[in-house]
Amino acid sequence: MVTATATAIDPREQVARAWKAAEAVVDPEIPVLSIADLGVLRDIDIVDGHIEATITPTYSGCPAMNLIALNLELALEEAGFLMPRIKTVLSPAWTTDWMTDAGRTKLKEYGIAPPAGKASRRALFGEDQVACPRCGSANTERISEFGSTSCKALWRCKACAEPFDYFKCI
Amino acid sequence: MPTETPLFAYTLRLADNALILGHRVSEWVGHSPVLEEDLALGNLALDLIGQARSFYTYAGEIEGLGRDEDALAYLRDAGAWRNVLLVEQPNGDFAQTIVRHLLYSAFAHPYFEALARSRDETLAAIAAKAVKEMAYHVRHTGEWTIRLGDGTDESHRRAQNALDELWPFTGELFESDQIERALIDKGIAVDPMSVKKRWSNTLDHVFEEAALTRPRDGYMQSGGRSGRHSEHLGYILTELQFLQRTYPGAKW
Repeated sequence: MVTATATAIDPREQVARAWKAAEAVVDPEIPVLSIADLGVLRDIDIVDGHIEATITPTYSGCPAMNLIALNLELALEEAGFLMPRIKTVLSPAWTTDWMTDAGRTKLKEYGIAPPAGKASRRALFGEDQVACPRCGSANTERISEFGSTSCKALWRCKACAEPFDYFKCI
Repeated sequence: MPTETPLFAYTLRLADNALILGHRVSEWVGHSPVLEEDLALGNLALDLIGQARSFYTYAGEIEGLGRDEDALAYLRDAGAWRNVLLVEQPNGDFAQTIVRHLLYSAFAHPYFEALARSRDETLAAIAAKAVKEMAYHVRHTGEWTIRLGDGTDESHRRAQNALDELWPFTGELFESDQIERALIDKGIAVDPMSVKKRWSNTLDHVFEEAALTRPRDGYMQSGGRSGRHSEHLGYILTELQFLQRTYPGAKW
């Protein structure tokens, strides 16, 4: 089987081009974040002459994964890669620690508080300190541990009185 | 019919626990006491169903007969299900749902933490993801148990009732049979007794704050793990499997 016009190009350049195309795919639930910002896009390689993109789910039951895989496949095809493969891996388990700084900034500007602190050391019972994404106040309270998607919780700012989503730290 | 391999049987038990509890919790969607709790229970159910999907997919691969996650979830009769009896118990009132979930998640959290170190790479990977999710389940249902137990006379009474009624179903969580013992020796399965102390400590911590009395260990119910279920499972499967039984092969 022959891949598209891209075959003639140096493999490293192919992978770089594929990264660029893949990076543009966004999370359908939080469209300001790309799958690269999120840390969902893990790897891109060439396997048996095909581009293979590796992704990992944020939560076991994340319903956005099917759409992300489909959009990723389309984006790679549009970039000229024939029959790209999408591989889903569970290990190592996704953590918010992988979210890029650019991603955190974009989240905040979008009105969602980015994950606070490192996921690695969290107590079973205990509270996060979350700053309001609108006014920056630390005087906030949790309304619910769970929000509109698996990855978010519901918070409220006691300074500006706005409710807001918080991207949970896991 | 070929005999089941121990790894298949073990993986199926993990999957069935997650799916049946996930289905039970999903029954609350649209009926919860407040909107935030509706979202929360929906999220808890989604986590469990997601974990179940990963376990079923792996179970199907181990079996090698071409059964996928859907075939395992939608086309098995009650006698072939291997979940513990605790997870199929009715939702009852809100206290019963919350206490049932606390009893299970306080077990599943340390259990998956240990399973994440399994010699079986796939089980370890699924568990490593699930452990993060179960931490939220323990916190959420632990906080609710405290609120209910230490709340009004009525909420306390209901929480204590739920605990007394569900306690006899907790013994089964710590059973292991021949199938599992062989896998435990190989470092693939987790010995449930190894997490009993942590389960117990988590519960004691919550019960103390909730002013609830821990029931005494007495007669314990058993049987789900070998396919002997309460009448409730049949009703769950009737609803869960309705579409695929009525319109075989239907797709979205």
